[in-house]
Amino acid sequence: MKILGKVSVVALGILVSSGPLRADDQSEREARWKDIETSLFGARVVQNGDGVIALDAPVRADDASLVPMGITLSAKQPVKSLYLVIDDNPAPVAAHYTFGPAADPREIKMRVRVNTYTNVHVVAELADGTLLETEKFVKASGGCSAPMGMSDEEAMKGMGEMRVKFAGDATPSKPVDATLMVRHPNFNGMQMNQLTRMYTPARYIQTIAVSDGPQKVFDLETGISLASNPVINFAFVPTGKGQLKVDVTDSENSHWEKTVPVPTLSN
Amino acid sequence: MVAVKQWVENMRLDRRKALFGTFCLCCLPTIGRTAAFKVEEVAPGVFIRRGVDEDATPQNRDAIANIGFIVGRDSVLVTDSGGSLGDGLWLRETIKATTAKPIKYVVLSHIHPDHIFGAAAFVPDDPVFIGHAKLRAALETRGEFYRDKLSEIIGVDQVGPLVRPTLEIADGGEVDLGGRIIGFKAHGPAHTMCDLSMLDRQSGLLLPADLLFVSRIPALDGSLLGWLKELETLKAMGAAKAVPGHGAVCVDFARAASDLTRYLTVLRDGVRTQIKQDGSLQQAIKTVGAAERSNWLLFDDYNVRNVTQAYKELEWE
Ligand SMILES: [Zn+2]
Repeated sequence: MKILGKVSVVALGILVSSGPLRADDQSEREARWKDIETSLFGARVVQNGDGVIALDAPVRADDASLVPMGITLSAKQPVKSLYLVIDDNPAPVAAHYTFGPAADPREIKMRVRVNTYTNVHVVAELADGTLLETEKFVKASGGCSAPMGMSDEEAMKGMGEMRVKFAGDATPSKPVDATLMVRHPNFNGMQMNQLTRMYTPARYIQTIAVSDGPQKVFDLETGISLASNPVINFAFVPTGKGQLKVDVTDSENSHWEKTVPVPTLSN
Repeated sequence: MVAVKQWVENMRLDRRKALFGTFCLCCLPTIGRTAAFKVEEVAPGVFIRRGVDEDATPQNRDAIANIGFIVGRDSVLVTDSGGSLGDGLWLRETIKATTAKPIKYVVLSHIHPDHIFGAAAFVPDDPVFIGHAKLRAALETRGEFYRDKLSEIIGVDQVGPLVRPTLEIADGGEVDLGGRIIGFKAHGPAHTMCDLSMLDRQSGLLLPADLLFVSRIPALDGSLLGWLKELETLKAMGAAKAVPGHGAVCVDFARAASDLTRYLTVLRDGVRTQIKQDGSLQQAIKTVGAAERSNWLLFDDYNVRNVTQAYKELEWE
């Protein structure tokens, strides 16, 4: 553990500290990202995407087990897929979105766990295969091992329950903002029960697929960096079929699905 | 139980070290601040020490909560034990310097570190440790985590072991200090999931611990709607004066409760509005509660966290 500066212990389980970043940390961080980059993209070149991708992440995470991340894309050509990588988390790839024809990947918001001071990277893959990246440094600590503040049974109550909210009514071929909420504790295997000295077994969401009628909005591959009870804000272009379908599977192979009508403007 | 007994043994063996070594108050680098600490008699026989309005640091030894004791005809009850072993030892010395009566009860008002880590200092007195029926489970999931984190700040020797309740209150209860009855109420999810409040029937003084914050920004770690509800329960008890968990040691209860209710209501209404307007968590964090900024100390350190907690709770409404 690094030397802690100012730390809040009074209120909650999550600690936030602020201290200077040392130079060797800096080079370590760069090396770490190089490793991750190579394992994800091999020899492909990842270009600086500043100006095309923007990552809105808090400089200091007040609740490390629930850190909001906002990704904005202004690519001229379609974005095929998107990676959110938390370099120093135990499983760095927090999310990999593959977009379908009904997607409008202008803006994605989600909530993640951040375990320690880390760089967070977003990499967008354009239709022609170009890879663009941007990064932010986030100060957080303990987000992965932070206890849930309730028993495992309580945390699992209503697991798989889903809600989809739309911002207003949809007009065919015009993008609509949607919010997907899923009840799931997303146990990452790092939360310990003190009496038994046993870790709560990992049980986490692995995939979320969203379609509008026959058209894919996105496939999301995710894992233990996703915050519990995940909420994802996204946009899609309704086809007019009026049915949004969500499929969720977790690491225990449980599967939940929900189909909701897209509220359409009647003209 | 075994763990506690074992620790008592160790404590006895280590007593010299405990009192003259690592934990010796005069050797701690905090003598200035420690010397400044004192208890105030807020009602006859009720002594409270004002916690500092800071977060835990090596200098303040996490002595940030209001802690103290109540003296009855036969025995003493510790209202909350302090934020570290050092803080608890300081309180114990203060009690011994005030009265020769035995320390029979030590209250663990809720799970937060600044209220429970002083408890180990009282193990040699073999008191009844009183807590909410849900405190034990909370200690199981969070206790060690808090201990590690606090150790990183003030050192593991200063933190001491966790102490579990030996008398669990599921709804109400009382203890008798000898002609002085202290009533307990176990609350539903509010500030935390395991808040215990106390009423000293003799003085009519209410001791709601962290269900009442004064000056220092409230920290939400249980349920926002629940806290608003439990504040009504407390108001119905009709106490005129109260000892908050943080802030001035004795306040006019109605007034302090209305300040807290106002902040929690701003939080609730602001977050609900954001959710209704499809404002994201990011948006809520940036806007909700701003009007309350000048009313509370440490606002910037906790408001965002409170908004996040509230959002998480209310988005499923
Ligand atoms: Zn508290």
